[in-house]
Formats: sequence, structure tokens, C-alpha cells
Amino acid sequence: MSIEFEPQITAFTCRYCGSVPADMAGAGHLLYPANIKMVTLPCTGRLDAQYLLAAFEQGADGVCVFACGPDNCHHLTGSQRAARRTVYVKDLLRQIGLQPERLEIFHLGIGQAQDFARIVEEMTARIRELGPNPLR
Amino acid sequence: MIIGKQKPIEEIKPMMASAQRVLVLGCGTCVAVCMAGGEKEAAMLASALRMSVKLDGRSTEIRDYTVQRQCEFEYNESAAELVEWADLIVSIACGIGVQTMNEQFPARQTVPGLNTTFLGRPMEQGVWAERCLACGNCVLHLTGGICPISRCAKNILNGPCGGSQRGKCEINSEIDCAWQLIYDRLTTLGMQDLLLEIQPPKDWSTSRDGGPRKIVREDLKL
Repeated sequence: MSIEFEPQITAFTCRYCGSVPADMAGAGHLLYPANIKMVTLPCTGRLDAQYLLAAFEQGADGVCVFACGPDNCHHLTGSQRAARRTVYVKDLLRQIGLQPERLEIFHLGIGQAQDFARIVEEMTARIRELGPNPLR
Repeated sequence: MIIGKQKPIEEIKPMMASAQRVLVLGCGTCVAVCMAGGEKEAAMLASALRMSVKLDGRSTEIRDYTVQRQCEFEYNESAAELVEWADLIVSIACGIGVQTMNEQFPARQTVPGLNTTFLGRPMEQGVWAERCLACGNCVLHLTGGICPISRCAKNILNGPCGGSQRGKCEINSEIDCAWQLIYDRLTTLGMQDLLLEIQPPKDWSTSRDGGPRKIVREDLKL
């Protein structure tokens, strides 16, 4: 009997459009996979490339960043900075030999609870397809 | 300051192919300021290399450390124990740091994890531009503070050339014509007459063309 692989996904979020949709999904009893562990930052502008690399080195199968919209960041430019850093780390992952698709950034608005649940569903399916982090 | 750019991981890995213990050594001066080889970059490169060699099925131990300035023996002393531990040092200092490590610790090979690119300054965070070629004979007092050696594609001293068009260089249209900038600046300073003085051909012997350079200050020696 084989045990199906359950992806372990780390999600970095901000306190605003990043994590409020998650709270609202919970409050609205929306079902979404329990595969994500959330790390809340004051703003995704605080997201450092080191955090993303460390998540993979510590065994995360996938990493998501949930950020405010590029033109709607509570701290003005934080989500744009996070987006640029995510692109940088995706290229680093490629150089390392990990699939860049294991890392993704999603920009949400504060009321997008259903989109949050859908994204977690899709990301979990994507990582299940990619398989476990080969570093584990 | 010296500006550098990290080598891609695929270029660094072959250098470490036979090493069991690797020290990634950063430098806290120029390459830290241009965010290519400082403490954070050393930690990130070490992390990336650990992951990459593990995926290759190797068990190389990789640590990172950063010294204040890798071009001086006294600062590198703080890394001596780790150098002793390592089979190989991947330095992400500039080429001067790499060479200093090889001179100071000849029993260990130090390889470059960074390409030293140019002397320049930050224009904004994340953008650095070349400003000096270290030619050894500065003429910035004649050109309104704009360097015709590093910023003119042809290094000419009596520009502009005939290819200067709408303030841009004919070699690369994304580059400002240095002599347009010089003209504009001297005009602002009311010193256009300097342009009437013809400069003789540059004596490149003070630059790299004269061979490796050295300065000795007897008054400073201990």
C-alpha cells in the first residue's frame, strides 16, 4: 500500500491582502488543502531572497508568496519588490537544479477569499505533480 | 568602488568538483556595497551550492564566512581556522581578494566565485555604472568632472568624435556621449575655453599598458 505524497508548502504572506483572504476563507468555511504553512510578514517587501532559499533548503516542496496587488500594496512598493525578488530566486532555483515552478507569487485583493482557496488547491496539485523536494 | 557580479552556479560548481569541504568567503567592503559578495550573498551562495551538490548526489560540506576586507592580510586572519578546515575556498570578493587569499594561504586554493567588472558608483539601488578605468593620470579637472577615458567608448581626449548624435554614442546608442556631457558641464561652469586647448595623445604607460603598477610611499612605511 503506497502513501500518497502530501506536499508541504510554505506560504509567505503580508498582513493585508496576503493573509486577510486566508482568514476570510476560514471564516467563510471555504475548503482548501491543509498543505500550506503560513509565515506572515508585515509586508511582502520584507521578503528576502534568503527566506525563499532557506524554505527549500529546509525541505519545503513548494513556496508561495501571497502579496497585495502590484499597484495596491499597503506600503506602496513592497509587493513589487517581492515580485522582483521572486523572479530572481526562480532563476536561482533553476541554476541549483530545482524546478522554478515550485515557487510562485500571487497578488490578491483583500476580499479574494475564494481565489485564495482556489490558488492553494492549484498550487498543491502542481507540487503533487512535481513530486517531493528532492533535497529531503 | 569596485563593482562585481557573481558567477553563475554552473560556472562555480566545476571548480569545487573534487573538494569535500568548501568555504564560501565573502568580503564586507566593495562587493558587499554592490550586493554581489557580502555576508548575505555568501550565505545565499553557500545555501544554493549546498542544495545543488546534494541534488548531484555529493556530500560536500559547505560553510560561509565573511571578512571585513579580503585584500588585507590582517583582516583575513579571522578566517584562518576555517581556511585550515576547508579543502577549497570559493571567494566572492573581487579579484584582488582572491589573489590575496592565494598569497596569504598558499596551501589552499582560492577560486573566484565572482567576476570583477568595473570601477563605478551606484546610480540607484540595484544599478551600478562605470566611472573610472584607473588610467593613472586623471584629467577630470579639464573635462568638468566627466571622465573621457571611462565614459567615452573611444577614450578620446579631444572629443566629440563625428559619431556623436543627439547626445548619444555611435558605438552604443543607449550610452550618453561623454563629450556631449563634458561640453554641457563646461558650459554650465563657464569653462568652455578648456575645450580650445588640444590635449596631446594620452600616455597610456601610467595605465595597464605600462604593466602591473605599484606605489611605494617611503614616508608611510613603519
